[in-house]
Amino acid sequence: MTKTPPPVLDLCKLEISLPKGADRAFALEGLDLTINAGEIVCLVGESGSGKSLCAGAIMGLLPEPHVRVTGGAIRFMGEELRGKSDAEMRKLRGADISMIFQEPMTALNPQKTVGWQIDEVLRLHTKMTKAERKARALEMLERVHIPEPASAYNAYPHQISGGQRQRVMIAMSLVLSPKLIIADEPTTALDVTTQLQILKLIRELQEEEGAGVLFITHDFGVVAEIADKVAVLCRGELVESGTTDAVLNHPQHPYTRALIGAVPALTPPPVKAASDAPVVLKGTGLKKTFAARGGLLSGKRKAVTAVKDLTFELRQGETLGVVGESGSGKTTVSRIVTRLLECDQGSVELDGTDLLAATPKELRALRQHIQMVFQDPMASLNPRKRVVDLIAQGPIVHGADPKKAREDAKKLLELVELSPAAANRFPHEFSGGQRQRIGIARALAMEPKVIVADEPVSALDVSVQAQVLKLLAELRDRLNLSLLFVTHDLRVAAQLCDRIIVMQKGEIVEHGPTAEVFANPQHPYTQNLLSSIPGRDWTPPSLHANVA
Amino acid sequence: MTFADTEIAPPEPPRYVMFWRRYKRNRAALLGLVLFVLVVLMALTAGLIDPGDPLRRAGEPLTPPFMNWDTPLGTDQLGRDVLSGVFYGARISLLIGVVATLVAIVIGVVIGALAGYFGGWVDDVLMRITEAFQTIPNFVLLLTLVAIMGSKIEWITLAIGIVSWTAPARMVRAEFMSLRHREFVDAARNLGVSNTSIIFREILPNALPPIVVYASVIMALSILMESALAFLSLGDPNYASWGNMIGQGRAVLRSAPYCAVIPGIAIILTVLSFSLLGEGLNDALNPRQKK
Repeated sequence: MTKTPPPVLDLCKLEISLPKGADRAFALEGLDLTINAGEIVCLVGESGSGKSLCAGAIMGLLPEPHVRVTGGAIRFMGEELRGKSDAEMRKLRGADISMIFQEPMTALNPQKTVGWQIDEVLRLHTKMTKAERKARALEMLERVHIPEPASAYNAYPHQISGGQRQRVMIAMSLVLSPKLIIADEPTTALDVTTQLQILKLIRELQEEEGAGVLFITHDFGVVAEIADKVAVLCRGELVESGTTDAVLNHPQHPYTRALIGAVPALTPPPVKAASDAPVVLKGTGLKKTFAARGGLLSGKRKAVTAVKDLTFELRQGETLGVVGESGSGKTTVSRIVTRLLECDQGSVELDGTDLLAATPKELRALRQHIQMVFQDPMASLNPRKRVVDLIAQGPIVHGADPKKAREDAKKLLELVELSPAAANRFPHEFSGGQRQRIGIARALAMEPKVIVADEPVSALDVSVQAQVLKLLAELRDRLNLSLLFVTHDLRVAAQLCDRIIVMQKGEIVEHGPTAEVFANPQHPYTQNLLSSIPGRDWTPPSLHANVA
Repeated sequence: MTFADTEIAPPEPPRYVMFWRRYKRNRAALLGLVLFVLVVLMALTAGLIDPGDPLRRAGEPLTPPFMNWDTPLGTDQLGRDVLSGVFYGARISLLIGVVATLVAIVIGVVIGALAGYFGGWVDDVLMRITEAFQTIPNFVLLLTLVAIMGSKIEWITLAIGIVSWTAPARMVRAEFMSLRHREFVDAARNLGVSNTSIIFREILPNALPPIVVYASVIMALSILMESALAFLSLGDPNYASWGNMIGQGRAVLRSAPYCAVIPGIAIILTVLSFSLLGEGLNDALNPRQKK
């Protein structure tokens, strides 16, 4: 062989059109991308950049005829994929090109066992006997490091954890040793520690198989962790591509610079001198168990303890971060201290008054002092109400003059940097970041003593996230707010929090000033969390001057 | 390249414009609207266009249609004008349809909202009551109620409302159960909004679209139920309803079929218009259900 083998995937001037009435005519315009064997190429972009449609186009799985490939070439191993019949594509899919999806629970069939689903892939594409197929499936499960492959083989998807499901998906997609693997945000739905394991696994298997990987993600930390080459998409256009080092550390295009500049650095704020400001919120011995309600015949199910014996203090003007993985009970904490959820034991003192012992009437009066910013800005704003009414609602309920409350609402919109012209719109007319700003304005309208923020930026794109975080920090400093900030993202926590508490399975395993915890974690769980942050060795270059 | 996230998109056209745009996309729904307007016009103009009491003798008994222009659609066995019966019948049918639907929706919304919002034992009690109503066939219950209360038109309407509230109640309950866990409800609670306000001002507007659509179905069913009652001679004899006309036309079905067929067609078209209307409303109010 004298000739070099053709690249695994070669996209040439790929163009995908969108239906009329979409925000732009083409989802992708003139995309050039090459993936060689043994290479991991990350396609990075914010939501709506067309990165998932690119995967769909390669697999021949676009929602035609509304969205279809209108130009360019898709060459797989030198062979043109456009114009192939459905039957030909079916042969390629699974066998030569495979895909790992974002949400393994929905990508696996809940009615069939894990083993059956891996077996199906082999049955469709190979002529192996039943025994050979089973042996191969078990071997694959072993390779993706699932504990007890034999038992996992017979398990249904709901019986194994989220990380294991993603391992099963990977086993399924690699069982036929495909030459190209398309991974569409495969770790977005996972906790950081699991995410790191899965990333390592993809890397390891890909090196063994020598396959090319197209890895779609929005997270630059993940890119730093796994990519050989990076391509950055902005509204369907390829704005920058190159080696990981070049793009991450020396970005050229303003869009890439802005995106990377928006990635929160892992450097926590300097330790403030121990504050002697008064304690505004104090939780003591909080405990919450969720008793599953049994059916008529099924009997009582086991109760789940979400929070056990939680004690914390929040001082005036301080930001206390609550971090932990899913299931650690951090969201339950945010609901207990606002008494959206009744607690079993303990007390929450708000400026000396016990919130949990208050009567319903007292509680409604107390609520104006503790406000909440929710995770999902779409779900937390009533879609049938105008923005001005949403913001003015709280003060009106607490007896403010409706006309004045609406005037104030418009001023608050300016405070969160939205035009007062937005006041008469409905929530669906805003983007995610703008909605979250409205949510913040609503919380501020009550002039609360404490704001509880439950993952306020985790539903937002990274550049928007940075802006909302900046706004929160500014408002906090200007209005001397006390924040209880719940998040799973340690980068975000490092940006904003003065002190953090780390939760695992409903218990605080570590607490202290953010800088100290980050620099010198004591508990093994905290150490594990910190060492799992994707791209922890990469510090985003300082580009903040370019961020608007 | 700017990144300001705070620029807002250009304003959307007002809601009713969007609503009409989506509604008119469905041709069948437009037909339904036309039919509906026709029926409403008939009800409004009864007595103006075709003067004359529908229960008064207007000509020779059993004149076939198109024979005598005083009675264009003919007369029945007592010489009553079929055309004016159809016009006045539209009035009664619409009245019964609208009022019975309102009764059913109000009962259904209140029961469904309480059950769905509070859950627990409130839900258990209310749903057992609903099931008790559901186990009895609608029409049997209706006959019983009419037998007890008598066949005055007010009682008939009320009885129809009482037998039709169970389905909307279940529907409202399901909507409330899914909506009450949404964050905007928590947000309202966190502002100190009372339960009553949360139920009626926060959740109900979001639960309304499917209820409005279903109301059109109840409306059609109420008209059919009233006709069925009248067909069994249990209707209010003081009003010319379409059901009454069919019931009386039954006696001369072989010699003068038009006596029963003409009001029958009127019922079919009205019921059809409601269900087409409902479909159009569904498209316009729940645009995301269809792709």
